[in-house]
Amino acid sequence: MRDLSAVRQGPYIAASPLVRPLPPATRLLLRGNSEVMASALGALGLEFVETACRAASASGRSALWLGPDERLLLAPQGQYSEVFELLCAALAGRAHSLVDVSHRQCALEVSGPQAGPLLNCGCPLDLDPAAFPVGMCTRTVLAKAEIVLWRTAERSFHLEVWRSFAPYVSKVLALAARELTP
Amino acid sequence: MLLINCPYCGERPELEFVHGGQAHIARPGDPAECSDQQWAEYLYRRDNIKGLHGERWRHTHGCGRFFNALRDTTSDVFLATYKVGEQPPTQAQLKGVKA
Ligand SMILES: [Zn+2]
Repeated sequence: MRDLSAVRQGPYIAASPLVRPLPPATRLLLRGNSEVMASALGALGLEFVETACRAASASGRSALWLGPDERLLLAPQGQYSEVFELLCAALAGRAHSLVDVSHRQCALEVSGPQAGPLLNCGCPLDLDPAAFPVGMCTRTVLAKAEIVLWRTAERSFHLEVWRSFAPYVSKVLALAARELTP
Repeated sequence: MLLINCPYCGERPELEFVHGGQAHIARPGDPAECSDQQWAEYLYRRDNIKGLHGERWRHTHGCGRFFNALRDTTSDVFLATYKVGEQPPTQAQLKGVKA
């Protein structure tokens, strides 16, 4: 993979106590039927979950359900070639689409006891742990931007934000954080 | 906020959805056999119903899927949502759903 992140400047992330940028990662968008999903996730050592809006995670790799035939695959940056080769071998001869979106978006982590209320300043979903449990993930909106929201722990969320939206999203969160932290 | 029941994701806020026009409009099998009038009706003529309306909706900022919905245009109540390809619920099935 050409490491554009090293050459290009990272997106501006507004500082706030509850939000921190996550390191660059390998991101692949996979589309295909359930057989494609099952073999792809199997090849990556991930459990094949068909339940809507659920993520599967194991040893640093994750597959996030985005739609009935769509998964966002995340892995550490250094595993790009390995993951790509595993997937190409597992999916050879099957109709699918695999797109590298590693540099299209960046990740933010929102954590702390106020993480839910902070996100709810711009996100209309019910983020109570009963309605949005750990392991749940979905595309949604945060203020005027589209994000992928994934609850990784009771008080921690992983956000996938498109690069060009990152300054906006982080500023919205920084502003909201000022309201929440006295 | 109005909640819309996506057939894939469940109840979600309306901000995540976009309206996709009237549902259940079949494309003529052989457009070349259509008169200009018939083709224009297929392309442009839509019902403007006061009451129960079959509509396409898309969960754009969610699973991205199109689905169909029965909505009461006077009260803005969604009586049912169902996947593309499925039959709309009958009057009997809708009994008891408050419009
Ligand atoms: Zn949906």
